[in-house]
Amino acid sequence: MGKRLCSVILATAMLAFAVSATGAQAKVIKIATQSPLSGGMSAVGTDIKNGAQLAIEQLSGSLTKLGFKIELAPFDDQGNPDTGVANAKNIVADPAVLVIVGHYNSGVQIPASEEYHSAGLANVSPANTNPKVTERNYLEISRICGRDDVQGAVGAQFAMSMGMKSAYIIHDKTAYGQGIAEYFKRESEKLGIKVRGFAGTEEKANFDSILTPILASRPDVIYFGGMYDQAAVLFKQARQKGYKGMFLSDDGFDSSDATKIGGKVLLDGKGTYYSTVSGPASAYPGTAKFIADFKARFGSEPQPFAAQAYDSTALALLAIEAAAKSSGGAAPTRAAIAKAVRAITDYKGITGTISFNSKGDLLKAKYFIIQVTSADPLQWSNNKIAQTLEIEPPK
Amino acid sequence: MRIAQLPVSVREIVKPIGRMVVFVVGAGAVFSAFMVLLALVFKGSAADRLLLESMDVGILPYTVSILPQVLIDGVTLGFVYAAIALGYTMVYGVLEFINFAHSEIFAIGAFAGVEFLLFMERLGILAGAGPLFAYMLLMMAVLAGMMASGATAVIVERTAYRPLRGAPRIVPLISAIGVSFVLQDLIRLVESLTSGQFHRIFPTFGNFDDRVSLFAFEMKMGTVYVDIQVKSIVVIVAAVLMLAGLNYIVNATRVGKAIRAVAQDRSSASLMGVYVNGIISFTFLLGGALGGAAGVLYALKFTRIDPFIGFFPGMKAFTAAVLGGIGNLTGALLGGIVLGMLESFAGAYLTTFTMGAMGAEYKDIIAFAILILILIFRPSGLLGEQVSQKA
Amino acid sequence: MKNSMRESLARLANHLNTGRNPYVVSISLLVVGTALVYLSPRSILAFLVFAGATAMIYFLRMNKTAKLALAVFVAVVLVPILGARNIFYLEVIFQIAVFAALSLGLNIVVGFSGILNLGYVAFYAAGAYLWGFFGSQQAFLLHEIPGTAPLDTPFLLAPEWFYVFVLLGIIVAAFVGLLLGLPVLRVRGDYLAIVTLGFGEVVRQLVNNLDKPLNLTNGPQGITPIQKPTLPQGVVDAFNAVVGPLVGNRVTPSQFYNIVFYFIALIVVLAAIVVTHRLDDSKIGRAWTAIREDELAATAMGIPANKLKLAAFAVGASFAGGMGVIFAASRTFVSPDSFNFMQSIGVLTMVILGGIGSIPGVIIGAAVVIILNLQVLQSFSLYLTQLRQSDAVIPILNFAWKDLSTQLDPAKYQRLLFGLILVLMMIYRPAGLIPASRRIRELKGTPDASVSDGETNGDANGDAPEEADDDR
Repeated sequence: MGKRLCSVILATAMLAFAVSATGAQAKVIKIATQSPLSGGMSAVGTDIKNGAQLAIEQLSGSLTKLGFKIELAPFDDQGNPDTGVANAKNIVADPAVLVIVGHYNSGVQIPASEEYHSAGLANVSPANTNPKVTERNYLEISRICGRDDVQGAVGAQFAMSMGMKSAYIIHDKTAYGQGIAEYFKRESEKLGIKVRGFAGTEEKANFDSILTPILASRPDVIYFGGMYDQAAVLFKQARQKGYKGMFLSDDGFDSSDATKIGGKVLLDGKGTYYSTVSGPASAYPGTAKFIADFKARFGSEPQPFAAQAYDSTALALLAIEAAAKSSGGAAPTRAAIAKAVRAITDYKGITGTISFNSKGDLLKAKYFIIQVTSADPLQWSNNKIAQTLEIEPPK
Repeated sequence: MRIAQLPVSVREIVKPIGRMVVFVVGAGAVFSAFMVLLALVFKGSAADRLLLESMDVGILPYTVSILPQVLIDGVTLGFVYAAIALGYTMVYGVLEFINFAHSEIFAIGAFAGVEFLLFMERLGILAGAGPLFAYMLLMMAVLAGMMASGATAVIVERTAYRPLRGAPRIVPLISAIGVSFVLQDLIRLVESLTSGQFHRIFPTFGNFDDRVSLFAFEMKMGTVYVDIQVKSIVVIVAAVLMLAGLNYIVNATRVGKAIRAVAQDRSSASLMGVYVNGIISFTFLLGGALGGAAGVLYALKFTRIDPFIGFFPGMKAFTAAVLGGIGNLTGALLGGIVLGMLESFAGAYLTTFTMGAMGAEYKDIIAFAILILILIFRPSGLLGEQVSQKA
Repeated sequence: MKNSMRESLARLANHLNTGRNPYVVSISLLVVGTALVYLSPRSILAFLVFAGATAMIYFLRMNKTAKLALAVFVAVVLVPILGARNIFYLEVIFQIAVFAALSLGLNIVVGFSGILNLGYVAFYAAGAYLWGFFGSQQAFLLHEIPGTAPLDTPFLLAPEWFYVFVLLGIIVAAFVGLLLGLPVLRVRGDYLAIVTLGFGEVVRQLVNNLDKPLNLTNGPQGITPIQKPTLPQGVVDAFNAVVGPLVGNRVTPSQFYNIVFYFIALIVVLAAIVVTHRLDDSKIGRAWTAIREDELAATAMGIPANKLKLAAFAVGASFAGGMGVIFAASRTFVSPDSFNFMQSIGVLTMVILGGIGSIPGVIIGAAVVIILNLQVLQSFSLYLTQLRQSDAVIPILNFAWKDLSTQLDPAKYQRLLFGLILVLMMIYRPAGLIPASRRIRELKGTPDASVSDGETNGDANGDAPEEADDDR
């Protein structure tokens, strides 16, 4: 008894001392980010955080003049909805947090944003393409990227324009991959592309048994809804088994690691294409400076969605400023900021001109079809843009 | 019996290879016959009509046309499972203990082999390797995997299992689960610290990606080519060699005799002068090395590895060991082949026969369901006699 | 030197724990903890002090009524007020309650009857998806493609059915437990562990795959929204009127839900504690122990081993089922991601850490693991992130924080943590931090020795009968 008790008392006393040592902080406004900073998607997730950080460092000057200190509070959602929601509760519980930029995975954003919605906290999403994100009509939730229902359809239309008559659709059994694959399927059927099969798999390495029926059905195009780390392996194994047709994937394929895995086989046959809502740097007028700044600050090329995170944070700062001005210099409320985000029109961001509709979608979002043109991972950002489209969200 | 007249050493090499041929042919014949029968039953059904409409081919010709490919894939996978299953079964035979961390030992082997090849690639040796040299490099990679895995297995046994020998069965099992998790994160730590990424890609070299055309036959839907990848052949040959080698060690050498003695009765073996701890370590070394080699072969076949890659193959291999009768080397082999075929067949045909309602995503469920059913209805497995009986 | 310090500390502790002193210690610690949390509602250290103070109530030598009164005061008054100031704490405590109930359930299976269940999270999933299906619009979306369904479908049931479904969840999970328990009749110990693992994985994959032919689970998309029970009119206003001044800000209905779920989870945990405790001391509990120690001997003594093992499975599963329903409602969202093998291992870690078979042990185990996971590791990682953004340098090594790889973030090494806990506990302290009292009674004969530690190493599972097994 005695030993345990004394150790507990000691520990408590030490903690109490440590707590009293952490003093009160100066009056600040925090912008939180949530993205996967660990795990398989951490490369993209970390750069979402870094994009936001860069925006705060570069653009918070005018708010500093108003007497506010803007801080970044990065959270790691691990790509897991449970962690995301727990973090969300932590975020909304902090009154200093006035905007949350975030989430990479729609499967995390959807449950977590219920917390933001009920707390009235504005959430600007740089990367969540699932239709449900905005279809719930929450005032607090806006996004500056396209939607899967459009992106899937864009993919199908592209396949059609390339003369594809039949398709086999695979997805990764995640909220994101399955969703976009369903939209690709729907549009394909509408356009008259024969869907030879539709299957999901959690398999990451051994695609043998899935590939046999695919190859037997000889589709013109194999569509993969999901992330590059599965897609590239699947594509590689399909080629090795003698498939000559076209590969098509989605914005989850947008990572230079895809060529690291797939290599030369992605260029063989009818080639590899992917649709995305976040085009390469060359697609945007204002990105050259962003990329240079990003490289100088973090020492590496920005991953996809870093620019979107930058723009999301820029929007957040603008909204905070507007709300602060209308409240006469006092700290703005969350509700006022949520409204201010939606009130922004024709903001010239580095990823395009941003105005929101009543649901929180962009009035017009950009979609790209990109062709993989080099087996060298370093050349990934120089992949060829096969198509650029500006499409309004569905009503 | 001619085979009985051969000297022990030769017999113990010929016998397992003969068994493997029998198992492969037997399992393949049973599965194929079942599939064709099923296709006959389904003729004219909704599934048949759907296939005719979407692909312009009936269910029977479709089934037949992909059958050879499915069999080849199944055999390849089966040998990978069998090689991993041997590790479980060896340890179980000797200690009556499920080495839960064996799946991570397998993963370590895969990483060691791939890292070795990546190192060679950085040195520039890989790119210009001729065919013979490529095979030598692969062999060296397999050896690297075997050494890493064997060493890990021995260290794990020494640190996490030996102190618990004699404790209730549940205690070392929990420890083994813990080790499995620790190893996963350790692999990830090491791999991600060196490159920021924790998955690795098996480098492309040699002629492993080439395909050997076996035969072709005409069907209404067009010519069906059946071919096999060079790397599948490599995997099968390597697995056969390893299995035969292991069988030889266990059944025809002095140390093998000691292993069997310890498995049967540890204390008596000790009284007879067998160094029990040494033999147990050796068992782990052997099982681990086999797992490591299987890991490298797995990486060769499926290209991409990550620290968590061991879990499913490990579970499947365990299922294979149980299916064949755990503790029984021949059983592990049979279990592996049957399970590999089953998975391959389920993955390839389920979608067609259920009209897309179920598909390849059910192959894990089927494997686990088999594990559960076998344990309920025939815990001794296909070849075992009683659960408590050892190899 | 070290020893004398130890002795004097022990003497001090003993002094603090005799007579009236424990009351003083306990109350003053609570006051300090409460004050710290109240004043700096976002400090993790403050929260740890508060949690430590709460745990101390259990350990100090006070009379039962006083302990109970203090505990009730903390649970009913302090936690809601402090939680309303920072609902994240309510989330942490809610999760502790959820996982404490899960640990108690697993403890019945692993600790009392000695069967290792590695697929325990399947029962949790059963409960969560039960309410997930009936408490959402899913029943009207059976033929919709997941992810593309319209959003304006009506709900199947009124939200008040939630309370019924907590009970139903308990029953359904118990049934699933019986189903999984069937292999028990044929399979022994470590085999069974693997069967349960396979079962857990089958359930997760089934949930992930059952979006066709009939869309029962919405597949990987998960089911959302799921209803919460409606709040009676005026409850929030009443709460605000009574404790509003203490909280300092008005509590919104959505924040109030956190308090509601905290209480619901608390009630279920209390029920679980009572049930577990009663079982432990009952004929059934002793029979379980007998089976755990030596099944053959137990059967020979006329104990119906199979029936009792099934009962252990069913009771253990039922706790998880009830908590699953509560979890689904509190999250308004269920997806297959929440029910993976890691979760089962997490619960197992809590049981092992706290002490197999020990009721206070597994609760403490749950609290420690959850706090580590949700707060300590995460905030440590955040702290490292901040350091990395600064230009600070590690003093002696002269290593810039900036260059520290993000791969070293502690939040990423949950598996390593769980694994190490399992291995080290098994080797050095198989009975857990707070060993079950029965095991110590068995060994020492005196109840008073219950909390002294050190000497109890390795005894926990009574080696003797198993050793014979080994040499058989």
